Amino acid sequence: MLPLIGVLIVVAGFALRRNPLIVVTIAGIASALLAGMPIARIIDAFGSGFANSRSISLAFMVLPVVGLAERYGLQQRAKLLISTAAGLTAGRLLLVYLFIRQLTAALGLTSIGGVPQMVRPVIYPMAEGAVVRAYGDELPERVSDEVKAHSAAADTIGVFFGEDIFVAIGAVLLITSYVDATYHLALDALQIALWAIPTAIAAFVIHGFRLLRLDGRLTAMLASGTDKREDKP
Amino acid sequence: MITAEWIYWLAGAFFLATGVQIALDRSHAQRWMNCAFWSLLGLSFFYGSFVSVLPLWPLGAAVIAMALIAGSGLTSPGTVSTTTEAEREASARSKGNLLFAPALTIPIVTIAFALGASKVAIGGVPLLAKGQATLIGLGVAVIAALIVGVVLLKPKQPVVALREGRRLLESVGWAVLLPQMLTVLGGLFTQAGVGTDVGAIAQHIVPEQSRMFAVIVYALGMASFTIVMGNAFAAFPIMTAAVGWPVLVERFGAHPAPLFAIGMLAGYCGTLCTPMAANFNLVPPALLEMKDRYLQIKVQIPTAIALFIVNVALMLSLPFS
Repeated sequence: MLPLIGVLIVVAGFALRRNPLIVVTIAGIASALLAGMPIARIIDAFGSGFANSRSISLAFMVLPVVGLAERYGLQQRAKLLISTAAGLTAGRLLLVYLFIRQLTAALGLTSIGGVPQMVRPVIYPMAEGAVVRAYGDELPERVSDEVKAHSAAADTIGVFFGEDIFVAIGAVLLITSYVDATYHLALDALQIALWAIPTAIAAFVIHGFRLLRLDGRLTAMLASGTDKREDKP
Repeated sequence: MITAEWIYWLAGAFFLATGVQIALDRSHAQRWMNCAFWSLLGLSFFYGSFVSVLPLWPLGAAVIAMALIAGSGLTSPGTVSTTTEAEREASARSKGNLLFAPALTIPIVTIAFALGASKVAIGGVPLLAKGQATLIGLGVAVIAALIVGVVLLKPKQPVVALREGRRLLESVGWAVLLPQMLTVLGGLFTQAGVGTDVGAIAQHIVPEQSRMFAVIVYALGMASFTIVMGNAFAAFPIMTAAVGWPVLVERFGAHPAPLFAIGMLAGYCGTLCTPMAANFNLVPPALLEMKDRYLQIKVQIPTAIALFIVNVALMLSLPFS
């Protein structure tokens, strides 16, 4: 049970808002030491873990493309575009994006969205443009943070509860391969994928409902005017 | 045959180019530490391709060094000259919707490549390594999008794309390394036996008789273990071995397919709530330059809780009908 101290270090570190890189490094080393792993093997584990997880960081490769387009006004163009669509509020726009993200992920097209290549250059500026059009220029930081957070959340929730409907996605294959190997069943990947549909529909209804209420929330935040978070450091 | 390693080198080259730019930037407040961080990251992407023949420890030491440099506040973004807001407004009007072309090239080429080129073979050798078509497609798409961007937007020096890339990468800062560090932590936890310990605890608290209680323990275990590990994939085998299979399937006769499918999704509700899922919950706020880096998680928690309750209700009914 001693290695569980590593879990406590992680929880305490995040709760105390220490830098996550330091927290994670210390927690990993502590857990491994308490489990009796020799130092040399722990250092090797850092190396092999990094080498095997490089694919997660590939998303940052798109930044030169995004940066180049931003230099020539991509975000401003996205705002201009939204200003011509009168009925499209921030909440409704994100609802449409949530739907598209879920649907395309369910077809296996997870690379269509994503925060670096889609939310930052296109979706977030459009959502902010919709708020600016309705309430005038220069949003307080608290409001633009809220719009940013909701733009990223729509992307994440959309992909999470869409991708599992696609048979060849990692989660589905993990379930079938683990269960088949461990318990000698022959689970059909398609079955697993189909049983993800009720949750996917619930995710769209629940989060969609919250997105439709977002516009009212933003109005209330803008009406209250004073930036309550400003006085906290 | 093209493999994902080529694409890792492309990403490594971008990180390395950022390190070199910082080395040449005399105005940077923390020039050498930043240069060291991004250069080490870039070199590690290359070194990682050769760990089958080279020793692992230099890479491990480099990873720990990067975590310590970036984690103790020794990195901060420099000032990179870019266009002003007014210039961007004017350019947005003159360039029009063509501005979307580079960004849209990325998903279109990625998907076209993944679907089309995965079946191509030259002289009996497949063009792409098996199972890596999407990663390779992303790398090809980035190069295609850069070409589209340079042709359409006509920057005076095409290398300006790397400078803009550096500007965005530096604004993300230390969060770039975090998703990979969490994978390292997951691996260390597994080797240290954290998973089996958690499974043992879960097994202890499941009562003999109550099917409902066992379902709730399975779902809660999936979500909370995912919150700790940042990843439902790590939670699934442990909770399934502790509760899902022995108690729910064997004792209460649950149908495995809906139970495990929805059990995994109960874990996803945990992913929405945890900073440990850094690539989903902490990197986006950094990329969007948000002041409150935890606001995305706060926004996601109500949906996660409601959806978790729905999942429990589904798991109480569907696997037993």
